[in-house]
Amino acid sequence: MVRLDGVGLRYNNGPLVLEDLNFALAPGAFRWLLGPSGAGKTSLLRLLTLSVRPTTGRLSLLGVPIEQARRRDLPPLRRQIGMVFQDFRLLPHLSAFDNVALPLRLAGRPEGQLRVDVGEMLRWVGLMRRAEARPAELSGGEQQRVAIARAVIGRPALLLADEPTGNLDDAQAIRLMQLLAELNRLGTTVVVATHNDSLVARHPGRALRLHEGRLTEETAVSVTGLATPGRRATDRIA
Amino acid sequence: MASLRPRGSDDLGLRRALSDRLLPLLVAAMVFLAALAMAGAIAAAGLAAHWRGGAASLLTVQVPQPEGRAEAVALVLEHTPGLTTRRLDAAEVADLLRPWLGQDAARLSLNLPAVFEVRTDPVTGPQAAQFDAALERAAPGTLVERNGAWFARLVALAGSLQACAALAVVLVACVGAAVVAVAARAGLAARRDAIEIVHGLGATHGMIASRFAGRVTLLAFLGALLGVAMAVPVLLGLASLTAPFQAQTLAAPAQDDPGSLFAALPPLLWELLPALPVSAALIGWVTTQITVRTWLARLP
Repeated sequence: MVRLDGVGLRYNNGPLVLEDLNFALAPGAFRWLLGPSGAGKTSLLRLLTLSVRPTTGRLSLLGVPIEQARRRDLPPLRRQIGMVFQDFRLLPHLSAFDNVALPLRLAGRPEGQLRVDVGEMLRWVGLMRRAEARPAELSGGEQQRVAIARAVIGRPALLLADEPTGNLDDAQAIRLMQLLAELNRLGTTVVVATHNDSLVARHPGRALRLHEGRLTEETAVSVTGLATPGRRATDRIA
Repeated sequence: MASLRPRGSDDLGLRRALSDRLLPLLVAAMVFLAALAMAGAIAAAGLAAHWRGGAASLLTVQVPQPEGRAEAVALVLEHTPGLTTRRLDAAEVADLLRPWLGQDAARLSLNLPAVFEVRTDPVTGPQAAQFDAALERAAPGTLVERNGAWFARLVALAGSLQACAALAVVLVACVGAAVVAVAARAGLAARRDAIEIVHGLGATHGMIASRFAGRVTLLAFLGALLGVAMAVPVLLGLASLTAPFQAQTLAAPAQDDPGSLFAALPPLLWELLPALPVSAALIGWVTTQITVRTWLARLP
């Protein structure tokens, strides 16, 4: 599903922001992505969404070796990857409905079928009444829910989230984690970057821990929130 | 191809990024200039053809002291193959001489020469030296004035004008393409975030480029229609001004007769004017595709 062998990343001619990353995620795996600010979490997520290509090493996504992939192979690959951005990255001139519908329209889904799915998804995130509102008319939490709905509407094979609960209240955060757990149970590989220790503690699972661009350890996080290096834990989120 | 939104909607917010004001007006100005240059090229081509085919083959034969001699010259002209001859009557000769002799040339009792207007067939007409010798034998002192040398220079001048006009059309097309490229780049800069988002969601380069190209093509087409609409009255006005110079080839426009207005411009120009909006749209589409795809090539 996801495999990194000696992957490094630098922007332009700057220093390496990621260095010698080695890990693999099986289909249906769940990983917390942990580390202090500036550790490289967002850069790793950018690599995994194909927003950048690795400077060194080999990256394989959904079974496709990226360094060998032709440019025209990448769009279909991107459509199988859902991403919840920290800054939402919604299209400001589109309504909430149209923002959520984007991945399905890109995939060529018929409009009639698409409307049912998007309506259902908006209902699930509690934004059915705000379907025609533009992002500027939505609160931060509502925008985040639109971003989440857009990321999962296409049932991606790989779902990545960068601080997905940052603007959500506790109830919404719990619902989001239930959704992620459900998608994970259905076979979606999920990686969630967060600083929210309590969230991690409530949902124990394996974690990738970054420090200054290097993967320091792959750990299992227990229900108490304490990291246990090297311990084998279930590959799915609890 | 998948679309980002239903047909007719504005996927990438291009209605605001690619305004329907500036670009169409710039394209309209370019097309207006192109129409004028094209009309100039066609007019120059028409004049050159006229001079080359008709006027250049015109000779003027003057027979001084024509009594008895003019008939001998007329006989030679009649029996020389490849010639069409017409003798100017006294009134026409007087008209020709009016700038020098005034209105009353007939009262001066001058012995005016006989003047023949002779058209030579370029293929079957006589050789110049033999023709001049035959006339000299028939009536010594007969003058043959050849317009060919002058018309050859005029044809060369018309050719130069035609080339300049064609070059102007090409330059206008290039400037138009540059204007479209700048507009497309401005649109890309304005919608950079939106493009990166849909690119990240799996939009292909072709999908994004087609959205830009569709918008620019529409604006260029509408702008070109406006440019043609502005150019037609100006061309008709110019045609009416130049009507005396082209009376042999085109009808002078009459204001109250639409058919006459239509006939005032060369048929070829009427055929080419509708091609301008199509060409502008095509230039817009191709230029935008290239510009957007080149820009997108920087994305991973």
